[in-house]
Amino acid sequence: MLKILQTLDRRWIFLAMFLAVAIPLIMGMTFPEKTSDQVMAVFNAVENLPDGSNVVMALDYDPASEGELQPMASAFTRHCALKKHNIYFMTLWPQGGPMIQRSTDLLENDYPETYKGKYGSKYVNLGFRAGNEGVIKLVVEDLKKSYDTDVQGTNLNDIPLTKNLKNIQQVDLLCNVSAGYPGSKEWVLYGSAPFDIPTVIGCTGVQAPIMLPYIPQQLTGMLAAIKGAAEYEQAIINRYPELNDNPAAKEGLKRMGPQLVAHVLLIGLIALGNVIYFWERKQGTA
Amino acid sequence: MKQSTLIWTLLMVFGGLSLIAIQLFRDKGEVYVREVPVEGKSSLPEAQEQTYRWSTYKQVSEKEKGKPGVSFSLSRTLGLWVAAFCTLAIFSFLYGDNPLYKFTEAVFVGVSAAYAMVVAFWTEIVTNLFAKLLPGYARMSFLPDISEDVQSDLLYLIPLVLSVLLLWRLAPKGTWIARWPLAFFIGATAGIRLISYLEADFIGQIQNTIMPFIVFSADGSLLWIQSLRNTIVIVGVTSCMVYFFFSIEHEGVVKYISRLGIWFLMVTFGASFAYTVMGRIALLSGRLDFLFNNWLGI
Repeated sequence: MLKILQTLDRRWIFLAMFLAVAIPLIMGMTFPEKTSDQVMAVFNAVENLPDGSNVVMALDYDPASEGELQPMASAFTRHCALKKHNIYFMTLWPQGGPMIQRSTDLLENDYPETYKGKYGSKYVNLGFRAGNEGVIKLVVEDLKKSYDTDVQGTNLNDIPLTKNLKNIQQVDLLCNVSAGYPGSKEWVLYGSAPFDIPTVIGCTGVQAPIMLPYIPQQLTGMLAAIKGAAEYEQAIINRYPELNDNPAAKEGLKRMGPQLVAHVLLIGLIALGNVIYFWERKQGTA
Repeated sequence: MKQSTLIWTLLMVFGGLSLIAIQLFRDKGEVYVREVPVEGKSSLPEAQEQTYRWSTYKQVSEKEKGKPGVSFSLSRTLGLWVAAFCTLAIFSFLYGDNPLYKFTEAVFVGVSAAYAMVVAFWTEIVTNLFAKLLPGYARMSFLPDISEDVQSDLLYLIPLVLSVLLLWRLAPKGTWIARWPLAFFIGATAGIRLISYLEADFIGQIQNTIMPFIVFSADGSLLWIQSLRNTIVIVGVTSCMVYFFFSIEHEGVVKYISRLGIWFLMVTFGASFAYTVMGRIALLSGRLDFLFNNWLGI
């Protein structure tokens, strides 16, 4: 048996991983999530703001990271919509435009009473701006130096939400969803740390260990990878139980079933690999 | 033919036939849209007020097929099939390198680069440079909402000149000219980053590490989890720093502290790797969710 495993074609492992992810996904396996302190800090940051507060939603990711980050972006948007917050969307990634579109569609379709036809007065899409951290440095000091117009080419002075907004320091909360550079780290370095802007982030698993040291002094809270998104969705559902019947509000939770099975498989494979290694060493072939 | 190749070929053929069968018999993989009429008025003050009407199309679920106003969208259906094909073509790399994978990879890279270039042109060159230097022309051509009070900002000639100098690198002679704008960008970026990193990553992180070993609640009881957490942070930071302190030989007590630092580093790398694995599985489940849900309708 061990000899067969020694020469096992790696494609069987790919197939096993495919099945470990696909079967729970097709069966719709979900598990209850217990919300961690870190996720509750993010939830409370949005929830404790008075209704109708101003929130910047910086969505710095592209379709390549959509599988991991879209549930977070949707959860942030949904939570802000439930609180009727005014939302300023922006992105530092060229491919971030369609990602913003998904969130604005969510506002218009799922919360029409607050957001349908309220572009400019309840939400605004500032779109993409090139310049990475240079843009952040500008928007925290003088928004209109970087953004003259919104994504549709309308002057910011003609939009009710941005007319009197001098800079991002005036908003009540900054939510950033990030897949890398430029993203969460830059928002901390040039936004939240020097100007004390209350900031919460959602980031990929790869970024999470880099961002952890900033909590809680420079960051209020963080949603780390799909697990963070699922916990945040659970926290929102706990507070707004009517969302329990809405499958779109459980995108992250839906992805945790495959995560569990795939992790069990991976742990098993690591253990098996070690058994083979020690067996080979005992045989003197390693 | 090798036995493993035969098995894998059969698996691939079986998978492909299953996908076709699902599509043929379940009538899935079609996109339906609902027409949404839009009305707008001209925003130019000098123009005679005109009302413009057009339609946008909102994607709806297949359950709404046949309802009034809902129609089949050929372009979006094609888009769905192309996306599914590209996903499967990229996955085919797991079987082995093949022309289909290479073709899809090249398409992805090309489309991404082109998309970023077009977006940057319209949001930067047009909106941020052209409109700042020549607001009148910008108003007449691409950006009718620019206010008439806006004057030319000649400061923007500096980035324009620097950009042209940067492009000099492509010229057959005088490529050294491109070094001047590069030197400016590197210097400016280094200056901006230095201050921010000092503030957030150096001073800020020292502040974050100054914490009590033992934490008591307001009523005087010991918060042992918080105390343990703080202790781990302080011991971890100190031991890792000792490990990277090479001015003294790692012997005696220092050797044991630096070894503890290695353990902390190993745990950190393990956590990073685990997070990365979680991220990759999330991406895989995202694509499979697209294939099963949006395309196959399972």
